[in-house]
Amino acid sequence: MKSGGALSIWFFTGICLGVNGALILAAGLYELVSPPANEVVLYNLHAPIWWGAFLLVLGLVFSIRHSPARERARMGGNS
Amino acid sequence: MNPALLLFASSRLVHLSPIDLVIIIFYFALVLGIGFYLKGQANTGEDFFMAGREMTAWVAGLAFLSANLGSLELMGWAGNSYKYGILAAHWYWIGAIPAMLFLALVMMPFYYVCKTHSVPGYLKLRFGTGAQAISSISFAFMTVLMSGINMYAMAVVMKVVLGWNMHFSIWVSAGTVAIYVALGGLRSAIFNEVLQFFLIWAGALLIPILGLIDAGGWHGLQVRIMQNLAEQGAANPGSYTHLWSTLGSFSTNPMGINWVGIVFGLGAVISMGYWTTDFLVIQRVLSAKDLRSAELAPIIGAAFKMCVPFIVILPGLLGLALLRDPQGHLLRLVPANLAWSPAGQAQGLHGYDEVLPLMLARYCGPGLLGLGITALIAGFMSGMAGNVSAFTTVWTYDIYGTLINKNASDEFKVKMGRWVTVIGVIVSIFTAYIAAGAPSIMDYVQALFSFFIAPLFGTVILGMLWKRATAAGGWSGLLAGTLSSIGMYTWVKIDPSAVRYVALSMDAQDQAQNMYRALWCCLICIIVTVVVSLMTKAKSDYELKDVVLGLTPIPKQEHVSWLHSPVFWGVVVAIIFVILQIIFW
Repeated sequence: MKSGGALSIWFFTGICLGVNGALILAAGLYELVSPPANEVVLYNLHAPIWWGAFLLVLGLVFSIRHSPARERARMGGNS
Repeated sequence: MNPALLLFASSRLVHLSPIDLVIIIFYFALVLGIGFYLKGQANTGEDFFMAGREMTAWVAGLAFLSANLGSLELMGWAGNSYKYGILAAHWYWIGAIPAMLFLALVMMPFYYVCKTHSVPGYLKLRFGTGAQAISSISFAFMTVLMSGINMYAMAVVMKVVLGWNMHFSIWVSAGTVAIYVALGGLRSAIFNEVLQFFLIWAGALLIPILGLIDAGGWHGLQVRIMQNLAEQGAANPGSYTHLWSTLGSFSTNPMGINWVGIVFGLGAVISMGYWTTDFLVIQRVLSAKDLRSAELAPIIGAAFKMCVPFIVILPGLLGLALLRDPQGHLLRLVPANLAWSPAGQAQGLHGYDEVLPLMLARYCGPGLLGLGITALIAGFMSGMAGNVSAFTTVWTYDIYGTLINKNASDEFKVKMGRWVTVIGVIVSIFTAYIAAGAPSIMDYVQALFSFFIAPLFGTVILGMLWKRATAAGGWSGLLAGTLSSIGMYTWVKIDPSAVRYVALSMDAQDQAQNMYRALWCCLICIIVTVVVSLMTKAKSDYELKDVVLGLTPIPKQEHVSWLHSPVFWGVVVAIIFVILQIIFW
């Protein structure tokens, strides 16, 4: 999207998902080695690990595909 | 007691870990950063109020949906599905999809050709300043009330999950929204709405996934709901998981409504009124860069809207099936006014609207909990910023620019837009306290819609489709519809037995009353408009060019492949919609 200048909304979205995914994945791995005293329901599924990894990958795809450098190149090609 | 201690005095569902706080703080930093980044790109009225009219179909479509997907939606409809069962999904399906498709394929080309800044702006073109004044003032009133409801929903999240004092949450969260909307205008609101769309799905999607595993799938969920409700002696426990089969009469479903109320009150009036005339959502589509994007945007929104019950309605049903207190007894949620009374607090009661945070606390540990809370905060931001930005536009163009100072410069309007954003937020704070008195958030919202949106739909649709409608007809019809709706509401409040006349049954619950009230007031609006129009002089065809369908040439669009055609995707969405009705019949 052109609006917003060099930084696309999809780039911001990628950063947001990627950072959150990395933090959740890290929290899940920490829980694996140091289980909490009060486990949530279905703790055994280790949702933070697979959900965090999924968000991290999604965030990376968005932020790389819509990085400022690529956006500039795309806008340069269109003009 | 020290005021600082009061902020953290109430009980809490969960304790946030440091990683949760990092996730929440990162979100606030990001949205404020986006506001500051976009400040330099909101210098003209077109930029500040219409985001430069350069959004792609995807951005406009996701913002269109997100503006409606606030905390209010997430918590209010989860609470309503706990209260009314799967009937609440009607507000996502028949109460949204047909209207969104109608907007995309019939009304959007017309709005786009008019190049209006707002829906009241269209009424000015069609019916003159009388209808515009009623519409813009009632819309401004409704948006600040809605904004207050979003704030209230946010405060509920903070209170239930984090134990924060509600007054503190309302004031702090309002300040953040005021800053980022005042800086970047509609563009900032749209950027954050797209961001929030992804956060809401990322934060809320785990609840139904884990909940269904926990309940033993859809069948297991149905069985548990039946058992729990039968144990409590609820009438018609089987009706909580059926969409249509229990709507044959008022008394066989938990909402006390029949199919006439759902199909005509909700599907034909409330839904059509909201999705085709509520400027809050229309403003997002009007920001699209061209007509094809403006047509595709509501269809993209409709496709995702059909999926929202998975993260909103399903958690409410899961709450009915699975929630237990710490002793292992079935947890029964109650109306908010009861839950938050001193007696309710002493007994540890929870309100309907707390079902989503309760489910979040059930399944989400550190990290995921932070993301879930952030999703709710994001939803709040979305709902509130959407209302505030729409309020700002209508105030600046349709109230100040039309009724007070017709010669205001563009630069002055932008400056006023920034200040009105802040003022709108302050007024919203006070309306948040009104919302706290409603038994369920969504009942209160639907009451507001029936006051203002339902008659507006009657006026707009007649104005667009019937060239004989006159300015006097439009003005008087809109006024009669709005006053009759408020009158019926007041009548039932004073004399509860009047519900048998307004909603045709003493079984009718709040939502059923809202649907019938909307239906009657829309009919009153249409009848008054038609009668008064036939008694007054109509405008010539030449004067109605560009404001009445049939007298307005729609520009020919470039030929595109079927994969890029709005009609093709509209048909796909319609087919999936029908299939969903059959599956959950």
